[in-house]
Amino acid sequence: MELQHVNVKLLVNDPAQVDLEPLIPVFHNWIERQIFDELLLDIADYRHVHEGPGVVLIGHQGNYSVDNVDGRLGIRYNRKAALEGSNQDRLHQAMRSALNACQRLETEPGLGGAVRFGGQEIDVFLNDRLLAPNIGETRTALEREFEAFWKKLFRGAEYSVSYPSDPRRLFGFSVKTSRPFSTADLLANLAA
Amino acid sequence: MKASNSLWQEKLAGKMPEALAREVDLFETEIKLRKQGKLEERLFAETRLRRGAYGQRYDNGQRHNGNSVQQMPYPSGSLTKGPNTMWDAPGMQRIKIPAGGLNASQLETLAELAEEYSDGIAHITTRQDVQLHYVHIEDTPSIMRRLAAANITTREACGNSVRNVTACPYAGVCPDETFDVTPYARALSKFLLGHPDTQNFGRKFKHAFSGCGQNACALVNIHDMGMIAVERTENGEKKIGFKTYVGGGLGAVPYQAKLFDSFVPPEELLPLAQAISRVFAKYGEKKNRSRARLKFLIQDLGIEKFRELVLEERANLTPDARWTEYIDAALAQFAETPLRPGGKRPLIASSEFQRWLDSNTRRQKQDGYSVVTIALPLGDITANQLRALADIARRFTKETIRTTVEQNIVLRWISDGDLEELWRELLAAGLAAPGAGTIVDVVSCPGTDTCKLGISSSRGLAAELRSRLAEKSFQLDEAVQNLHIKISGCFNSCGQHHVADIGFYGVSRKMAGYAVPHFQVVLGGEWGHNAGSYGMPVMAIPSKRIPEVVARLVDWYAIRRNEGEAFKDFVKRIGKAELRSLLEDLAKPSPDPADRSIFTDWGDPREYSLEDMGAGECAGEVVSPVEFDLANAETGVFEAQVALDKGEIDRAGKLAYEAMVRAARGLVKLEYTDVPNDSDQIIDEFRTRFYDTQKFFDPFAGGKFAHYLFAAQERTQQPHTADSARYLIDEAQLFIDAAHTCHQKLSTPVNA
Repeated sequence: MELQHVNVKLLVNDPAQVDLEPLIPVFHNWIERQIFDELLLDIADYRHVHEGPGVVLIGHQGNYSVDNVDGRLGIRYNRKAALEGSNQDRLHQAMRSALNACQRLETEPGLGGAVRFGGQEIDVFLNDRLLAPNIGETRTALEREFEAFWKKLFRGAEYSVSYPSDPRRLFGFSVKTSRPFSTADLLANLAA
Repeated sequence: MKASNSLWQEKLAGKMPEALAREVDLFETEIKLRKQGKLEERLFAETRLRRGAYGQRYDNGQRHNGNSVQQMPYPSGSLTKGPNTMWDAPGMQRIKIPAGGLNASQLETLAELAEEYSDGIAHITTRQDVQLHYVHIEDTPSIMRRLAAANITTREACGNSVRNVTACPYAGVCPDETFDVTPYARALSKFLLGHPDTQNFGRKFKHAFSGCGQNACALVNIHDMGMIAVERTENGEKKIGFKTYVGGGLGAVPYQAKLFDSFVPPEELLPLAQAISRVFAKYGEKKNRSRARLKFLIQDLGIEKFRELVLEERANLTPDARWTEYIDAALAQFAETPLRPGGKRPLIASSEFQRWLDSNTRRQKQDGYSVVTIALPLGDITANQLRALADIARRFTKETIRTTVEQNIVLRWISDGDLEELWRELLAAGLAAPGAGTIVDVVSCPGTDTCKLGISSSRGLAAELRSRLAEKSFQLDEAVQNLHIKISGCFNSCGQHHVADIGFYGVSRKMAGYAVPHFQVVLGGEWGHNAGSYGMPVMAIPSKRIPEVVARLVDWYAIRRNEGEAFKDFVKRIGKAELRSLLEDLAKPSPDPADRSIFTDWGDPREYSLEDMGAGECAGEVVSPVEFDLANAETGVFEAQVALDKGEIDRAGKLAYEAMVRAARGLVKLEYTDVPNDSDQIIDEFRTRFYDTQKFFDPFAGGKFAHYLFAAQERTQQPHTADSARYLIDEAQLFIDAAHTCHQKLSTPVNA
């Protein structure tokens, strides 16, 4: 099964402390400086929407956001453009992009350290219902692929996986590790 | 773009209506041809627009970052999807929802598309459509196929075509209606979709249906062709039909629709619409887009001549069985029944539930049932909310869902006994915000967020006002609570500001040498009576000060209104001069030079400017002659409005014309300091220096605003009517706005 359009969401540490408004100038600055190797284009502000996408930095290859879908506030990377390579390559790319964005947000002076990865919870979605329908077969087909990925990312630490029950949702799941990791740790593990 | 794009055609084969499937296949081929350079960009632009695939802000490959213009190096390089529209730039996909009618499966499809191709949000428009933003052009065939499989089309959602046919969302259940207009709206929509007689328009064409004359729900008066359900007795027998209006429209200068026929029987509805389409296609303006709407044709011909041409065309039409077959089929298809037995409204309710009950529910004409309005902030709904709503609609109704022109969604046929349970479910989905249809429920077009034409941030302002008003809404005077606020990002009126009690449209002005986002304040429009009358522009105020404008206006209204006095009557009684004096101080620069707040717009920290001026220039207080002339021109328009209010019609027209000439003189002085003070000479100079050279041209409206001046010059010897004077005042204001923009453009360094 081909894994495309991988979404990774890193759940933040203390959602109540996060004010989304200061993200807007930060994202404008990212566009101006084009800080990633992806083309950054625009900002969509959905702070007014209940449990919505929050503030989204629209890019050509992928979107970056601090989103609150399902009432779970997190730093999200949504890969839009299809990628060559293996499934592991695509998982790596999405995770690396989310972690890079997260690391920058953690140190952005304008955010005062409020946006910070909680260290233990990560949501993953595959944003293409045709390639990855939300059915048991997809889960079975991708189980080993993801196990290999988590093993590398968490250096063998224990983790649990939970799947949402609504079949209309995108195929996805939440991963929770037994111990916390920093973004730097996870980036180092990915690079190893 | 999606890796699965090549797979949807096969996956959905046989699941799409054949005609829609063919239509999408054709479009996909056109995309390929354009990519190969075998289809000319203008042709491709119109073809994609006719499929609802619209451009979006920054799609010319440039973005101003507050200091300078930044180039966006899209991967497809110089490939375009229209003139000056880069291939890879995100666009908007508009989705037609005839009469606003949706079922639960369609909500689920929209949820999927919002997640997979957009940013997780579906946006309800002021014409009952749904829009997805940030969509790649190469994803649109997949979107269209998945919509087609849900029996939805995007065909003719944009472009010079028949747009979504709208209808009152309460049709069929409203106690005030004469009869249910839904089947007629659906039949007309089906009949005109792709009809050969609607393929050669110079501009778009909009239809609307209302079940009654007194309410606002369908806004018949602002449509090219609007129908109001009526009944009459012939030979002792009751007959139903439509009071039919033509030539209404908002846009830069709003026109009230004119009565075409006080009674059109149902069997004549479709042929009449066809005949009107033929007349519009045959006689309507094609070259000058700013004069190409039906309202201008009717203005030029006069309603009598227009009627004569239409009836002549009608008489020559070849009879078509679909004229009645489509209506009969729709009458059977769109008859609604409840899922659950009627009930009683709760006698005791918590204050939170009661507040929602008061503002978001209305009794149906069928005993024991209510319509529930889901108030969507800025018309936005998430994918998860769409799915939750689909579940709710299935549980409580037979999926009787409609979108509204107030950017909301209604659920019909809710048993009164279910209201509290329903409210709890909506609450869990974040869809139970109270205040539907009140001052809190601010309507806004996309504005500078995503629209290429946006001048000011209408959504940013709407979000700010909504948030401020929500905090104290239930403490507000009842008359204030019922006011409507509508905001457009520019003069094109997609936010329908002309028909709001308090309306705003985006303009820009220069202050202390910098461009400052402003909103023109438009007061006293009538939302009721199907948009019964249009508001009066008062003055332009910096965007960041608009919340203060609203606060002052509502306070004033609460204190100074006479008992039972509607806001539009209050505005009329108080008059423009006094209203202006109430707000005047807000239009002035801040006395504190360090205060930079007005130089940015809501939700956007970038300095609002096309200029890259040094901070030192900010301190400059020198006012150039052109700025004086433009300021004087604004005063002239104000005086014209005051004269019109006093019934001095000819004087009003004269003042408005003089104001335009003054603004033109200001611009001419930039190049020809000693221009004589003679109107005709000024206009000649203006034409040569600013129109012929296209310096005055708006990037999208072209020479439209200059034409207002030239037309006014030609009719200086003719006496004015109240209507013509009012139109001229509106045109003068727009001309002056354009002069401001032109002046800013000319004073911006080339490399900014």
